[in-house]
Amino acid sequence: MDKVKKDIFKVAGKKLQSRLIVGTGKYKNFSETAKAVNASGADMVTVAVRRVNVLDKKKPLLTDYLNPKKIIYLPNTAGCFNSEEALRTLRLAREIGGWKLVKLEVLGDRKTLFPNMIETIKSTEVLVKEGFKVMVYCTDDPLLAKQLEDIGASAIMPLASPIGSGLGLQNKINISLIIKQSKVPVIVDAGIGTASDATIAMELGCDGVLINSAIANAKKPILMAKAFKDAVISGRNSYLAGRMSKNYFAVPSSPTKGII
Amino acid sequence: MAKIQLNGKKVVIKNNCSLFELLKKYKLSNKKVAIEHNGAIIPKGSLKKKYLKNDDKVEIVHFIGGG
Repeated sequence: MDKVKKDIFKVAGKKLQSRLIVGTGKYKNFSETAKAVNASGADMVTVAVRRVNVLDKKKPLLTDYLNPKKIIYLPNTAGCFNSEEALRTLRLAREIGGWKLVKLEVLGDRKTLFPNMIETIKSTEVLVKEGFKVMVYCTDDPLLAKQLEDIGASAIMPLASPIGSGLGLQNKINISLIIKQSKVPVIVDAGIGTASDATIAMELGCDGVLINSAIANAKKPILMAKAFKDAVISGRNSYLAGRMSKNYFAVPSSPTKGII
Repeated sequence: MAKIQLNGKKVVIKNNCSLFELLKKYKLSNKKVAIEHNGAIIPKGSLKKKYLKNDDKVEIVHFIGGG
């Protein structure tokens, strides 16, 4: 095997073993969540901030199933529709246990869950000033992605297609442009439907992918988590290996010299 | 007695109850939650010093599964 430079994935100074980040929503229960996370090999998971159900003291806790000391929790702002809500959520997340690495998503429309980029940029600026390391969910517009990087985003997270749609990578050109121009990690977030979509994203040169629905909504989530683990490794290796050039006509695989 | 709004629900608590005591009442570990008192986030170190009064609004949040 060729000797290759060690392929290290770092986000905001944190070294990750896996280029697959997984969400922890939509599972049947926390036990299934934990099994899927383990099968995925991910060392970073997204989590949401919500009210404690104070009346039900026996309700299981996510932290009982996924130890935040062993797996990196990435608090998100899912469900926030303006800067104020997103900032409030992440400040609370930081207070829970010192989380500074966060995922910002400010939604703009309930039907598409597309991000409101004006509010997103505004929030990123405030969070960076407050010392947060912000991974930012965004549209696949290269100019806005560049602006996010310039104001201090720790990672650019363009959508492949709408959140939870499973439509896969719809605009490879834009994602490629963002990858080419970015000096911070580019992680495709949202819209991935199946393992091969993740491979395609990784082959384009994405630094990582974030998957939730495609695993949680699979008929066998734990098996799908394993499929994504392999797909991401495959896609990354394929990207590093460098694909062959495309030819319009056939090129024989066997030597033409010495044909009898 | 004081009536407060806790996570959107009206609850009755004893007089001079601190946020620290409120967490204890609901068997919540301050290591796993964050608390907002009338719109301001209260650092864990100040929970014993913050007392609740009538009509106060308290939000206690934690991490749940999310994408």
